[in-house]
This record gives sequence, C-alpha cells and structure tokens, in this order.
Amino acid sequence: MVAEFTKEADDPAGSEERPLVRVTNLKKYFPIMKGVFRRQIGSVRAVDGVSFDIYRGETLGLVGESGSGKSTAGRAILKLEEVTDGTVAFDGQDITGLSTQQVRKLRPRMQMVFQNPHASLNPRMTVASIIGEPLLEHKASKGRERQERIEELLTLVGLDPSHANRYPHEFSGGQRQRIGIARAIALNPEFIVCDEPIAALDVSIQSQVVNLLQDLQNSLELSYLFISHDLSMVRHIADRVAVMYLGTLVELAPVEELYDDPKHPYTRALHSSVPVPDPVVEAVRPRVILEGDIPSPSNPPPGCRFNTRCPVAQERCSQDVPEWREIEPGHWVSCHFADTPGW
Amino acid sequence: MTMTNQPGEVEPVSGGALAEFGGRHRSLRADVWRQFRRHKGALIGLFLLTVIMLGSYIGPFFYPIDPFEIDTAIANQTPSWGHPMGTDNLGRDVMARVLIGGRISLSVGFAAMFVGLFLGTFIGLLAGYFRRLDGPLMRFTDLFLALPILPLLLVTVVLFREPLRERLGESMGIFVLVVVIIGATSWMQTARVVRADVLAIKEEEFVLAARSIGTRPRRILSRHILPNVLSPVIVAASLGTATAIITESALSFLGLGFPATFPTWGILLSNAKDYLSINPARVIWPGVMISVTVMSVNFIGDGLRDALDPKLRSKG
Repeated sequence: MVAEFTKEADDPAGSEERPLVRVTNLKKYFPIMKGVFRRQIGSVRAVDGVSFDIYRGETLGLVGESGSGKSTAGRAILKLEEVTDGTVAFDGQDITGLSTQQVRKLRPRMQMVFQNPHASLNPRMTVASIIGEPLLEHKASKGRERQERIEELLTLVGLDPSHANRYPHEFSGGQRQRIGIARAIALNPEFIVCDEPIAALDVSIQSQVVNLLQDLQNSLELSYLFISHDLSMVRHIADRVAVMYLGTLVELAPVEELYDDPKHPYTRALHSSVPVPDPVVEAVRPRVILEGDIPSPSNPPPGCRFNTRCPVAQERCSQDVPEWREIEPGHWVSCHFADTPGW
Repeated sequence: MTMTNQPGEVEPVSGGALAEFGGRHRSLRADVWRQFRRHKGALIGLFLLTVIMLGSYIGPFFYPIDPFEIDTAIANQTPSWGHPMGTDNLGRDVMARVLIGGRISLSVGFAAMFVGLFLGTFIGLLAGYFRRLDGPLMRFTDLFLALPILPLLLVTVVLFREPLRERLGESMGIFVLVVVIIGATSWMQTARVVRADVLAIKEEEFVLAARSIGTRPRRILSRHILPNVLSPVIVAASLGTATAIITESALSFLGLGFPATFPTWGILLSNAKDYLSINPARVIWPGVMISVTVMSVNFIGDGLRDALDPKLRSKG
C-alpha cells in the first residue's frame, strides 16, 4: 500500500519489551453538580484505577457489562476525555499532560472505531469527505493523491470505490461501520480503540466486520483495544482479555487462560452467561447467576467492588480492597480468594 | 438562475469521476438544484421574488412616470390605464412609487436579515460549543432581549444619524443605520435556537470522531456542526427577512428611519392608511408586495432546507 505516513520503524533494540500503550492507575471521575451554585456534591467514578499494557500487534479485549466504564476508559486513553488521575503512556511518552496541540500531532498514530455506525458519520458529508477528513486535517495528501488514497481505503475495507460520492444514509449498518474503519486507518495508525464496533450490527454482519478488523491488523500491523460485551466475539479476536467491573479491572489474562481457567468469580459468572450452542449441554450445564444490578459508580461498595453480588463473598470482602496481583505469569486478578483452590 | 444542470448531466459516479475534487462540488450543486426544483412552492417563490426584484431594481428605468412628480389635479385617483395602481393624495403615481420603494425595502430586508443571521448564528455556535462562553454569551443575549428597543433606537439615531450622513451620504447613511439597528436587535432568537441545536449536535458521535481525528475546533464547528444546524438557521432567515421589512416600515413611520418623502413599502403603507376610506387600493399595493415577498422567501427557505438535507434529497 501507499503509505504517506511511515511508522517510526527505527525503534531501539529491545522495544519488544516496551508496550505500545501503558495505562497506569487510570482514573476518570465525572463531577455531580447540584443546586443553584452548581456545587460539586460527589462524583461518578467511571474509571477508578485501571492499569494494563497493550503490546505492538496484539489485541487486548476489554469486556464488562453496561456502565462498567469500558468506553470511558477507551476514550480517556485516546485523550478524548480529560483524565482525572493516572497516566497513559503511548510509545513511552506520557500523553496525559500534553496540550491539545501536542496530542493532535499524535492523533495520526492512534485512532478510534465507534460503536454506533449511524451516529459516527456526519450525515451531511459524502463518504469521500468523511474518509478524506483525516488526510485533509493532517495534510497527509492532497488533490489527486488524496482521491486515490480514498479509493484505496474503500477497496481495503471492502467497499466499492465508485460509491465515494454517496452519503452515509445510503449504506447499511455494516457498510457504514466499514466507512468508520476506513476513516480510522486512513493515516496508518499504530493503535486503534474499537469501542464496541459490532454491538450495533446484525449478527450476520458482525463476523464480517470482525474478520475485516483482523485482516487489517495483519496487513497493517495494528494494535487494538477491543471493547465489547460479547464474550464469544472477544474470544475470537483478542490475544489477551481484561474484565472490567464498576470502574476497576477484576481480571486480565491471555484469552485461552481466561476462558478455560477464570480466577475471578465475576469472570466465571460472565462466562457462564454465554449460551453453549448445544441444547443438551446447555440444558444441564451449571450456571452462576448474578443477582441484583451493578451498584452506582457514584457510591461504590467498600472493600471488593463485587462483594455485593459475589456468590462466594466472605466477610473480608466487604472490608479489604483486594490487591491487583499477578497470580500466574501474565494472569492478573483482584480477588482475595483467587488462588484458594476449590471455592 | 442557472438552469443548465439538467438531470442527464449529473452523471452517476463511476470509475474516474472521483478524479478531481471539482467534480464533487459541481455534482453537489446539481443535486441540490435538482431537489430544489422538486419543491413546487419553492419554485413559485423563487419566480415571484425574481419578478419583484426585477421590478424594483430595473423596473423604474422602464416605467415612464416619475415617482416624485406631484400633480394635485389628479390626486386620489382609482386605478386606470394611465395609472395602473392609481394616484396618491398629491397625485403621484402609486405604481412608480411601489416599484422604486421595493429597492429600499428589499435591500434593507435582506441586508438586515444577513446581519442578524450572522450575529445570531455566530453567537449561538460559540455559546453552544464552548462551555466557558455559554454563560456570558447567553446572558448577553438575555440583556439584548430585555432592552427596551424604542429608547435604544432613539439614542442610536440621535447619536449616529448625522455622522453617518456626513460620511456615507444621505440615503446610504440612513440605510446603514437602519440595517445595523434592525440586525442588532433581531439576532437573539436565532442565537438561542442555534445554541440549543449545537448543544445536542456536539454530543453526537461524529463530533467525537472528528475530535479523535484531530480536527481543530474551528473546523469542527464549520464542517460538522454548522451544516447540521442549518434548518433552524434557514427558518430564521426567511422569517427574519419579513420582520426586517416590517420593522423598517415601523422605524420610518416613527421618523427614525428614512424620511417620509422617501418611498419604501413601509412608508407607502403608513402614508396610505390615512386615506383608507377615500382610496383603499393605496394600502393594498404595498401590503401585497410585502406579503408576497415574505411568503416567497419563506417558501424558498423551505425548499432550500429540504434540498440541503442529503436524506430528503435521495428520497425525493
């Protein structure tokens, strides 16, 4: 492909060790204002101390139920939200303190694919101008060259280049998501946050889009943060998976390990909520059913955040916050009893 | 009017049609025009407005009777072949006065509308998009809404009429004054509506997408937000023209605008009302002109709004 933006390939030796993105104790609180004088009376702790690394070329799945702070975390990592506390290091550089201008220079290297393909494309712009916008903004190419690049991108995501002058509403959901992906890869980024890119699509289209993302990852050497609540899809695409609950991570492990040997009771519960495509097994398999709703992130429970719904909670769980620890190489968990066999 | 873009010329985009950006723009204009033509009311409006504008700006050169010629012998005549709209109380030809009156009324109407629209849209966009500006700008808007307009007008006219007249000449000075006064006192509604729409649009995902690309706020406003708040702006524009024409007549009536000897539709109307019982036709002509202009502008605005919306365009 014609790459206007060549990646800095001259990384020092041993950069295999250095993660592309390192998130350390990331916090994002939204203030709650009340009264005539708009005094702050509390805060919604959407993301409350999250740490993980994303390595070059890998896909990190981020799963969790609605309201667990997945999307906020994704946006905060791209600095689309101001970070309350903690750091996000992109390619070794802390970006949390950077000015808008400085972040803008990094934008070509980190992009985002959005959840709702109907809302993420400006209805008044043609596909060509939507995909061309990043090229225009970063002066990556102009005139005829830009047109060629737009056609090339459309072909790359499996759309007909002759449709470039159409408007978003003339496309189906899956096609629109492809347009969104074309926009995200236009500047040859290294890192893409995929914020539930398939949640709004028909099941029949979901796998097509996921396969497209995988193909692009292979050909363009992309790293993904793949946010989703669809466990089976994450299993398909991710290399490692992080499970989020109420603003914090509860478990992080390589994908097979997380699915075969989940350590945290919440992961187990999530896991057992995925139906098995075999009626016989499905009828008899044991299920962990969580009761109640996810507590309010403005007033999280003390101790382990999951203790109010945990099927195996002990007294200790409502007092001590469990430590985020690596119980096996590459397998992180925050549960007091994760290594207690047989609970 | 460019009628050259026939549907056949708008070639379906194929292979090399993307080659140059110019191609896109031409076809966009053609698309908009094609959809606009589908709107019957808009076409009729465009036709009527064109006729009125031609009559006002070019008509007086062809119409043989001088609008300022006084002949009390033929005062207060009803319409006849010699005077198609009759004559006024001083025997001046009403048709000639209506034709030339349109110049000022239309110019003031459109100019004041643009001033008000520009101010309102600009302030609305800024207030809606930048949270820090929202409070101050909207309080500023409230301030203008609460200002008693008449005393303000009096002061403005007293202060600025003479300096402007000296600098720009008799009619131009008053024209600028009237346009600025009307524009500066009619932008508040637009600002409020635009702000409200911007508040909703800026939360859309495509605005976030633009930010994630690194688009600068100025471009986000012009490329993503402004086109999506166009509908209320166009409605405000068509209503604003009407209000401006009528406000101009009110100003002139109060002696704050153009001098009473100067024919504008508003002045013709207020002069004629004293002779309503003797010569009712005199009121009807300028009144009809104002109404038809306002209606045409409304229809054109309506058609334009539909034509600029890609969704409606492809359905039509």
